[in-house]
Amino acid sequence: MKFGVLALQGAFGAHCSTLRELGVSARLVRTPSDLASVDAIVLPGGESTTMTKLLTSSGLFDPLAAAVDDGLPVFGTCAGLILLSSTVEPEGADVRCLGALDVTAVRNAYGRQIDSFEQPITLRDDDETFDAVFIRAPVIARVGPSVEVLATLDGRPVLVRRGPVMAATFHPELTADPRIHERFVRLATSTAPASRS
Amino acid sequence: MGDHLSQQQGTLRLKRGLAEMLKGGVIMDVVTAEHAKVAEDAGACAVMALERVPADIRRDGGVARMSDPEMIEGIKAVVSIPVMAKARIGHFVEAQILQALGVDFVDESEVLSPADEAHHIDKFAFEVPFVCGATNLGEALRRIAEGAAMIRSKGEAGTGNIIEAVRHLRAITGDIRRLTQADNAELFDWAKRLQAPLPLVQEVAAAGALPVPLFCAGGIATPADAALAMQLGAQSVFVGSGIFKSDDPAPRAKAIVEATTHFRDADILAKVSRGLGAPMTGIGMDEMSQTFADRGW
Repeated sequence: MKFGVLALQGAFGAHCSTLRELGVSARLVRTPSDLASVDAIVLPGGESTTMTKLLTSSGLFDPLAAAVDDGLPVFGTCAGLILLSSTVEPEGADVRCLGALDVTAVRNAYGRQIDSFEQPITLRDDDETFDAVFIRAPVIARVGPSVEVLATLDGRPVLVRRGPVMAATFHPELTADPRIHERFVRLATSTAPASRS
Repeated sequence: MGDHLSQQQGTLRLKRGLAEMLKGGVIMDVVTAEHAKVAEDAGACAVMALERVPADIRRDGGVARMSDPEMIEGIKAVVSIPVMAKARIGHFVEAQILQALGVDFVDESEVLSPADEAHHIDKFAFEVPFVCGATNLGEALRRIAEGAAMIRSKGEAGTGNIIEAVRHLRAITGDIRRLTQADNAELFDWAKRLQAPLPLVQEVAAAGALPVPLFCAGGIATPADAALAMQLGAQSVFVGSGIFKSDDPAPRAKAIVEATTHFRDADILAKVSRGLGAPMTGIGMDEMSQTFADRGW
């Protein structure tokens, strides 16, 4: 099974390293033909406005939306979560969403870089803690009935899932702890449609 | 916010983490709110708010200082991407003011007139992350030892001439490659010659990379310049005068963003380089009376 990391802009290198440490093959995705060769994809953190423009100019937006619709396993972190959401606030932000998760994401909701923080979160299903890194992070202000909440911070969801789509408002790729990526690899392996290549 | 006791802010991981988020992107110098919107609409991953682009600082001469907070706030108000601003080398009070303004990254920059001829800012004393320029590996490691969360080549700002940035990137990445071949005894000597702390030298030798992102700045004027910097090992690019001193800034800005992402794809580079109008005129190194790159110690 081949994992891809969307490499238009942002922390794609750190995601690749984490996936490779797990013994998974990971390649960078920058074009529609790159996308066609992977069985699961990570949408990294970075700037969602920048990624929106590059998704369009590289001709990736429509094939990616179609693949996610068809059940391509996908894991979005921070800006990646924003791209996966169905609604983005504040309104007027120049972000085009894939609508794969019925959630409302509020960009930069904690404030500027000076308000960025690290804090342990508790994963609901196994009651274990994870040191989460929040950088100019979004907040999930609303969750639709189809979306399962896997972890919260102060009552607000920070890790969510719907079918093969998983997303975090924080950055598991910046910690040495691979457990969140491990979850995605398990999720992708168990739900991926037959190899697309 | 929940369990405040367990919450940490201003950590090295958060500072380097924001630098990580800016990889593969273009950080554009802007002097007005209108410029900042053009930059964001073109796909910039951050903007650098300043009163004059380096080409104008070079032309005007005199002392170049931190920008007026009102101007920085005007730019913060119109964009949702990170906003950076410059402080003079060693001028930790300018940096304190920029942190109080809530800028996302401080550039301790040789483009402004240095305020201290021996000391850079103690960047560990701040919660806001810093980027610093470097011309070689020793300089880069001294800045990292002082707490810099990102290193950029200095290049020669305001010239539209890429030659100095190429020299600095090759110096840094070339010495990193040589370090990875050195044995333990040689690393002690490397630390002496680089005038850099031994533990950092050993860390770079083991990892084959700086412990913070390496970006390129100084002289980028075209999409090809941006791709050249990326192929030489830069992880993002800063474009100063190159955009807003060109004939038609918006399409050039967008083209440089695409070139930075697709830096190895010559077909895309050819496509985005077409019909952009005249780039900034630029300056040859032998036509210059003052170099910025030798500022910093």
